[in-house]
Amino acid sequence: MTRQRPFFVQFLVPAVLVAVIFAAAMFNVLKYSFLEFVPGSLNVGGFTLENFTRINRPIYYWVLLDTFILSFATAFFALLLSYPISFALVRAERNWVRSVLVVLAITPLFTGEIVRTYSWMLVLGSDGVVNTALKSLGIIDRSVPIMYTRVGVVIALVQFAMPVMIILLATAISQINRDCEKAAANLGATPNTVFWWVTIPLTLPGILSGFVVVFAWTMSAFSTPQLIGGGKVLMISNVVYLQGFSSFNLPFAAVLSLVALVAALGSLALMKLLTARLEQNMATS
Amino acid sequence: MSKGTNMRSTLFWTAVVAILVYMTLPAVVVVATSFNPTEVMAFPPNGFSLRWYEKALTYPDFQVAFKNSLIVMGVSSTLAMLLGSSFAYLIFHYNFRGRGLLEAALWSPLIVPHFTTGFGFLLLGSHLNLTQGFAVIVMAHLLLVTPFVTRAVFVSLSNVDPNYARAAANLGATPTRVMVKITVPLILPGMIGGWLIASILSLTEFTASLYVTASRTQTLPVAMYNYIREYADPTISAISALLILSTTAIMIIANHFLGLRRILGIDNG
Repeated sequence: MTRQRPFFVQFLVPAVLVAVIFAAAMFNVLKYSFLEFVPGSLNVGGFTLENFTRINRPIYYWVLLDTFILSFATAFFALLLSYPISFALVRAERNWVRSVLVVLAITPLFTGEIVRTYSWMLVLGSDGVVNTALKSLGIIDRSVPIMYTRVGVVIALVQFAMPVMIILLATAISQINRDCEKAAANLGATPNTVFWWVTIPLTLPGILSGFVVVFAWTMSAFSTPQLIGGGKVLMISNVVYLQGFSSFNLPFAAVLSLVALVAALGSLALMKLLTARLEQNMATS
Repeated sequence: MSKGTNMRSTLFWTAVVAILVYMTLPAVVVVATSFNPTEVMAFPPNGFSLRWYEKALTYPDFQVAFKNSLIVMGVSSTLAMLLGSSFAYLIFHYNFRGRGLLEAALWSPLIVPHFTTGFGFLLLGSHLNLTQGFAVIVMAHLLLVTPFVTRAVFVSLSNVDPNYARAAANLGATPTRVMVKITVPLILPGMIGGWLIASILSLTEFTASLYVTASRTQTLPVAMYNYIREYADPTISAISALLILSTTAIMIIANHFLGLRRILGIDNG
């Protein structure tokens, strides 16, 4: 057996071990969601379903709706701003232009949440770059509040989401068979027509997966709403943190974590369904 | 080129530049403010001073946190390289019962929100009496960064001609010798690329770390978060500038030697 499958057992054992540890961590979240909260104590009581009924309150519906709206807006604007960059990244004629674009577009992914969020605090704050610039241009007299607003949170979230969106869109654009575009142009289509009726439809699967990945990813954003929202914009992650570390209600924090997990898995499942249908349509038409 | 094409192309590149300014403006502002001589975070800076770099590098909390981060990063990214590479080899070569389940478990940290993962490890750690020690932090980071190594090595394995390994085996090389002399050298770029990405992601990971670290074991991003909540001076700008410059340098080097566009699968030429 080992002769036919070299390294099978040696490579399987560590993978299974780590998978089991992760499963155990996730199981603990599930277990806590069914345990009774003892106010003023980190210890938990016996089995209960009360944590799940507690979520049935308007405030949590609003938080979920807010999370949903902010994630949707982020995915939409990230798509809008990423498409031109991806297009340039794939189609630029000069090699150095493509290299510069890829480094500028991808690096923000690797500077980390805290650095990026802090940078946006400097840009969006009441004495920040945007307000100072607008004041010195005489457009406004007093600082416009951008920090601690939904607009500010979305401005920062879109920039975080763009590298991932750009990678997914660029992959889709680079896979286009350019003969399709050439054929359309030869038949007399203007560049605009070619772009809207050939290029965009051919990259629809990439657009869809980029949108949903960014949507699901933004649903679990934490530091941006925490620092730029400053407690005035609450996403589900911030409520989990508040419940866990301010109220020490670990069971309810566990329930909310599970809700976030289900929302993320649900949106990805939806994407699979939509892309499957899209590919089916494209194959038959 | 007609006039219309020229204008459209000018318009397009203006939009591209404007969007890139939006993407890079925060990084530029953070680097610029780090040179301010006073506590005012003016942009452009009021002068030139390195005092915040001195403060950042000598502030005890950051020194401890930086050391913690290096330990966590070194251990978790190296383990992730070994685990991710062997797992990629496993799923590339073998079909076995329960493979789907194993893959689901090891890819899922990409989808599970980081705060859920962190919360799970917090609970698991307290269950095992390992509360907020390095073992739990390394474990959480290992799971979060391994998928990136697995993907990079899997791509490398797909690009390797299997005939090299077959030829070596036919000539009498043992499986170990084939692995060491043929397979590993051929997938080494993927392994190194994956290790590099894993290191950067571990160094900058914040949300899950916030749950699993204590003040004694806090990593650099957690220490920075705690500082931001209490003080407003350019110290964080200085640390951020150091992190931005080092990650950008790593990305430029990685792009030069490994080809980012090829790793990401967006090269058409």
